[in-house]
Amino acid sequence: MSKKITIEPVTRVEGHGKVTIYMDEEAQVKESRLHIVEFRGFERFVQGRPYWEAPVLVQRLCGICPVSHHIAASKALDVIVGAGTGDGLTAVGEKMRRLMHYGQFFQSHVLHFFHLSSPDFLFGIDGDPALRNIVGVAQENRDLAVQGVMMRKFGQEVIRLTAGKKIHGTGAVPGGINKNLSIAERDELLKGPDPLNADKMVDWSLGALDFFKHYHKNNQAMVDNFADFPSNHLSIVRKDGALDIYNGVLRAVDAEGKRILDDVDCQDYNHYIEEEVRNWSYMKFPYLKHLGKEKGWYRVGPLARLNTCDFIPTPLAQKAFEEYKAYTHGKPDNMTLHYHWARLIEVLYAAESIRELLHDSDLQNEDLVVKGTKQHEGVGVIEAPRGTLFHHYKIDDNDLITMANLIVSTTNNNEPMNRAVNSTAKAFMNGQKDITEPMMNAVEVAIRAYDPCLSCATHALGQMPLEMTLVDAQNQILSHKMKS
Amino acid sequence: MVKTLLYGYGNPGRMDDGLGTSFVEDFQRWIEQEDIKNIHTDSNYQLNIEDAEKISAYESVIFVDASKEPIEQFSFTKVDAAKARVEFTMHAVSPAYVLYLCKDLFQKSPETYLLHIKGFEWDFKETLTPKAQENKNAAMQFLKQQIKQSDLQPSNH
Repeated sequence: MSKKITIEPVTRVEGHGKVTIYMDEEAQVKESRLHIVEFRGFERFVQGRPYWEAPVLVQRLCGICPVSHHIAASKALDVIVGAGTGDGLTAVGEKMRRLMHYGQFFQSHVLHFFHLSSPDFLFGIDGDPALRNIVGVAQENRDLAVQGVMMRKFGQEVIRLTAGKKIHGTGAVPGGINKNLSIAERDELLKGPDPLNADKMVDWSLGALDFFKHYHKNNQAMVDNFADFPSNHLSIVRKDGALDIYNGVLRAVDAEGKRILDDVDCQDYNHYIEEEVRNWSYMKFPYLKHLGKEKGWYRVGPLARLNTCDFIPTPLAQKAFEEYKAYTHGKPDNMTLHYHWARLIEVLYAAESIRELLHDSDLQNEDLVVKGTKQHEGVGVIEAPRGTLFHHYKIDDNDLITMANLIVSTTNNNEPMNRAVNSTAKAFMNGQKDITEPMMNAVEVAIRAYDPCLSCATHALGQMPLEMTLVDAQNQILSHKMKS
Repeated sequence: MVKTLLYGYGNPGRMDDGLGTSFVEDFQRWIEQEDIKNIHTDSNYQLNIEDAEKISAYESVIFVDASKEPIEQFSFTKVDAAKARVEFTMHAVSPAYVLYLCKDLFQKSPETYLLHIKGFEWDFKETLTPKAQENKNAAMQFLKQQIKQSDLQPSNH
């Protein structure tokens, strides 16, 4: 008798999702699907609104990555106000946005590692579920838990001082920014009381990276083989090939490192990327047009970024990058749990970039905004913490938005997340009759590696129990479990 | 009143999800009018782990949040750190969870309350429904009275 297992929602993933694993009559995993609710309605919601409202409106999408949407929308509107396609802002305009973005990146990655992933590393994926959370981390390694809290706080302070406020920040505007960084604000971040200063954040970032490397050394086979599969990788990179999360050209490589998208202009993204609709999922499946649906899907996020870039432009992160690349002999890294390794190198990169920028006197300049000849269409692409984020707008002669298209990071990772679930399900569930907590968590560990943000509103969808349903080939429920 | 933090959370771009942050904005104006020095306010999209450090600096904390629970207009309850549980999403980090982390990581244990205000709609708009507004006003009157009496007592309305 074949059966269907449903895990809903996925714990410790931003938002909610549902995993369905179809098993055949021999209790072998036949197919796995990750269902995610996505609010496509937002793109219609902004139609008819004045374009300058978009950087604030898009923060309604979710409370997890509002800064990423804020900056991506602002970059698209830079094009519309004639401020260029990424490099046309004033020095203070670009550097303040970068500082804001690095702050968001830092706090988002830190939350993911310390709060969501470190429990799996400390206790193992088959560890006691009562301990495998931040509370357990606090009991096992209090210093690590405190560091996670204080690093998050530092990142939030960077956002507050650059975006103006924590909710619906207004720091970025079409063509630039609405505030610079005062000397007092700079010193708050640069010379803040221990541990809330940039130097300590760099030190702790190195410590977090060492923590992962130590775990990897002792659990090499598991980390390297867990949900491992070859894939293409896509991100933006700086024109000289450096890692750049704010501005650049689109680059993609295949599993062997061959360039399959060769540094194309982000304004032309829709010439190269298509989105497939599948009847069982609300979320689309993007792929590279010229390779087709079967071969054109790709991964985004930390793993992909370190596979596409040639180097990292900060010294400590570059050193870590060289060690990381040596592990795969310079070839792309296709190991799913190495997302965590790559993410922690990016934490270090963000911390170093914040510290470097704080020493830059351009942040105190007064020329905040530039404008040129108005355009009717613009594309903004950034690397959000979870991966490449596309914002595309068209406006009419009355400055009202007539079209909006967003491809969010989690959508870009839709196909690889499904493959990761399937790979894990086959490794842990083949031949099994009963579903155990470690098995369920193994599937979740695979998904968590991608740090998906399943957009939601705090109260509309945020509070749901964990539900597991077992259904046979005749759609009869064999068993149903609820975890609350 | 002891040194107190009033902390609202939710996304004001999702209609009644913004009840907590709207409440805190209104309350801040009242605090300024009354020249109350020992009550501070803050707000954010959601609670998160760094809030454990924030509340460690206060003797009393009042979280304010929208609610879908079957309450009438609002409820005012004491938060018990012992009831902290593993959360399913980061959006749902609870006051109990924050208090637990505060006790565990920072060895501080502020008296903590949750003011839950009933909300009704959660669409992409930056406005409260009239019924949510009414509930917010009722909760406002209740909390002002409690603070004037310097006596925070759990209550349901």
